[in-house]
Amino acid sequence: MKKIILLTILSVLTLSLTAQEKKKDKNAKVTFEVDGICGMCKKRIETAALKTNGVKFALWNVKTHQLNLIMDERKTDVLTVQKNINKVGHDIILEHGKKMESTLDAYNSVHPCCKYRDGKIILNHEGELKKVKKTKN
Amino acid sequence: MKKILIIILLIIPSVCLSQDEFKGMIMDKNNPKDNLGLEGVSVYWLNTNVGTTTNQKGWFTLPYKPTYKKIVISYIGYKTDTLTITSLEPIHHFLTQEGELHEITIESKRKAVQKNSLTTMNMFTVNSEELLKAACCNLAESFETNPSIDVNFSDALTGTRQIQMLGLKSPYILITQENIPVIGGASQVFGLTFTPGTWVKSIQISKGAGTVVNGFESISGQINTELVKPFSDNPVFVNAYANANGRLELNTHFNKKLNNKWSTGLYLHGNYRGQKFDNNGDNFLDMPLAQQLNVMNRWQYVNQEKGWVSFINLRYLVDEKQTGEVNFNPTLDKGTTNAWGSEIDTKRFDISTKVGYVFPELPYQSFGFQFAYSNHKQTSYFGLRNYNITHESIYSNLLFNSIIGDTRHKFKTGISFIHDGYNELVNTTNFNRVENSVGTFFEYAFDDLENFSYTAGLRVDHNNLIGTFVTPRLHFRYVPWEDATLRASVGRGIRTANIFAENQQLFASARQINVANVNGNIYGLDPEIAWNYGFSYLQKFNLFSKKADITFDYYVTDFNNQIVVDWENPQQISFYNLEGRSVANSFQVEVNINLAKGLNLRTAYKYFDVVTDYKSGRLQKPLQPRNRFFANLSYETNSENFNQWRFDLTFNAIGSQRLPNTSTNPAQYQLPAFVNGYQLLNSQVTKVFSKKFEVYIGGENLTNKRQLDPVLAANDPFGANFDTTIVYEPIFGTMYYAGLRFRID
Repeated sequence: MKKIILLTILSVLTLSLTAQEKKKDKNAKVTFEVDGICGMCKKRIETAALKTNGVKFALWNVKTHQLNLIMDERKTDVLTVQKNINKVGHDIILEHGKKMESTLDAYNSVHPCCKYRDGKIILNHEGELKKVKKTKN
Repeated sequence: MKKILIIILLIIPSVCLSQDEFKGMIMDKNNPKDNLGLEGVSVYWLNTNVGTTTNQKGWFTLPYKPTYKKIVISYIGYKTDTLTITSLEPIHHFLTQEGELHEITIESKRKAVQKNSLTTMNMFTVNSEELLKAACCNLAESFETNPSIDVNFSDALTGTRQIQMLGLKSPYILITQENIPVIGGASQVFGLTFTPGTWVKSIQISKGAGTVVNGFESISGQINTELVKPFSDNPVFVNAYANANGRLELNTHFNKKLNNKWSTGLYLHGNYRGQKFDNNGDNFLDMPLAQQLNVMNRWQYVNQEKGWVSFINLRYLVDEKQTGEVNFNPTLDKGTTNAWGSEIDTKRFDISTKVGYVFPELPYQSFGFQFAYSNHKQTSYFGLRNYNITHESIYSNLLFNSIIGDTRHKFKTGISFIHDGYNELVNTTNFNRVENSVGTFFEYAFDDLENFSYTAGLRVDHNNLIGTFVTPRLHFRYVPWEDATLRASVGRGIRTANIFAENQQLFASARQINVANVNGNIYGLDPEIAWNYGFSYLQKFNLFSKKADITFDYYVTDFNNQIVVDWENPQQISFYNLEGRSVANSFQVEVNINLAKGLNLRTAYKYFDVVTDYKSGRLQKPLQPRNRFFANLSYETNSENFNQWRFDLTFNAIGSQRLPNTSTNPAQYQLPAFVNGYQLLNSQVTKVFSKKFEVYIGGENLTNKRQLDPVLAANDPFGANFDTTIVYEPIFGTMYYAGLRFRID
């Protein structure tokens, strides 16, 4: 019996190690990819993220499209932030090339120069910073 | 059996764990040979918060799940990389430094003067490129191509330039070096000449009330200089300069990276003028004989993984000036009436240190501590008058930056302690004064990230001579439409006037010194208190598809109390508390246009209306032109392998000035009530041969405009009408100079 208890405790301990990431963190660091092209996109994405209650810090990298967040997990979750970014017209790029797309209405609200779904616009921005990311992946 | 089961059960999860692990090593692309890992690199699975940092050897271990496909590797100062992971084989990955890719493009795009649309305060940055336009020689002379700062001569003898902002002299400007106040008290008049130009990396100029973080004293604005940093400055830099009126300057910088955390720099400056010039034939030297030796040693510590940054500065300075009559010989004539002469000797020692800590996990949160000690000793005489001052100063400031909720709401708070001990000898009278201030401040900054931001600051200080007082400062910024920025500010400043140190030129005159004693704590006078408010409108636009901008600034400084410096009786100088009004209105419109590739025009018109109620009535401030016009035209050729020509032309038109009243003087020593305006032209040509070497030649005052009789009663310097303080035009005519800069990367 004793041994079973010990065993259970040990197994729980080992399991809890792997489950630690689930703990709600006051200053959780989160990163995901958001589509966009330019400095204007950066401002729009970061603002949308920051205006989500619970998000403390947002930094979007024009080159890598990575959005780094520091957020209070007790107040919000990644999905809420992602939805808010969708609302201002930016797609979230998930794994396996999947996307969490914003509605066409929302997408159409972005400035003409920020139409990141349009190959021509992306080409216009080329020579700025866009290509770096393409070669990386 | 049971035991085996237990063991198996225990092993299973750990086996699972060991399989579900992903390892790798991160290295620096710059040093692939030594294969040294980078410590503290953050590595995490994309779209998760599962992450870690690398250990001392650059290794990391991450838990793995089949859903994790990409890892993100990021490190401050390096490009962030995202890698797709297909197997659990350990990876070896090289990071590239951020700077390598974009350094050059950024440099070529950067403007020499940056007008920022984003800062809440009306602040702009002058970088080293712009500073090179005025090749000589120290901070006092660095503002010649800048319309927001006016440069005047303070007297006929020392050749010292006095700067002004919004129509007010430098004592009303808070002048800091890396955010530590440096010019003040005893160093007020000559202090700017104690920072060699090559030491300056950039200058930030804020108009109006400014921040509460650096103290309560600033009234018309703040000027901050950033010095060159051992970490980023060239390992070897040499600058030599010579001009036609016998001034020689030599600057050398040596910088060394001791390891990846510590760097040190040794900066030496020497200047010398040994030739006597009297081009206007008044028997007085047009420029003083001078020599200065100035040594600074800086230590810089950067530990990016842990978030610590620190600076330690040591500086020692010896400055000697001799001026007066051409045939004056200090050893024979000092203290006699054989010949009129003056010597001003300064010795100064500074030590300052800054420690900053940025929370590695929270990039918006940091601590800072500043500490500075200085000992400034000036020994001087002006004819038969003696003036000695020793000023010992301690400045310390502890501040904490963080956010409220998110980064739209930032705040700075902290405490400061300042000590100033003065020991002054004016002729035969001693004035000793100790000032201690303790204060606390809080500054809240809001930015809606779109078109509106504001900063509200408040400090409460207790000063043993002023009492307890509150200093509020408020700044607004609003973007009404595209490329436009509206700013407004209001704030209060309080300071104690060092009446003798700030007005030293009075000693080189026969004027009697009158200090009205109202039983105040500072020479019997009260502290100066002023409100400053104003607004600014910046519009960027395209003119023929070239970038241009226009700025309108209007600022008012309204004194509740001022120590009025009254020059209106030619036999006296009087200091008294303001009774009535004293207001400085300043209006400026500035236009910057990029005319063609490499060709830029900056032009400004300035209007000043500075009036004070003197005992003799309300008068315009003397020696203050109401109108000024400024234009700077610069052209640089395409840079091929750093081979380049740069041309600069600066034009200044100075309007008519009111002179202090001299109507009670004998007829031959009377000056007109107003003098006419005049124009000045400066030019410089720089030839850059390579990244390592450049030479420049230039001319100042090309139209040879001179005040012919800057010394009143020069023929009778010990008489009752001798006065060197009424200077409204340059004393020296056209002056040519040449210099070179050499650097090793």
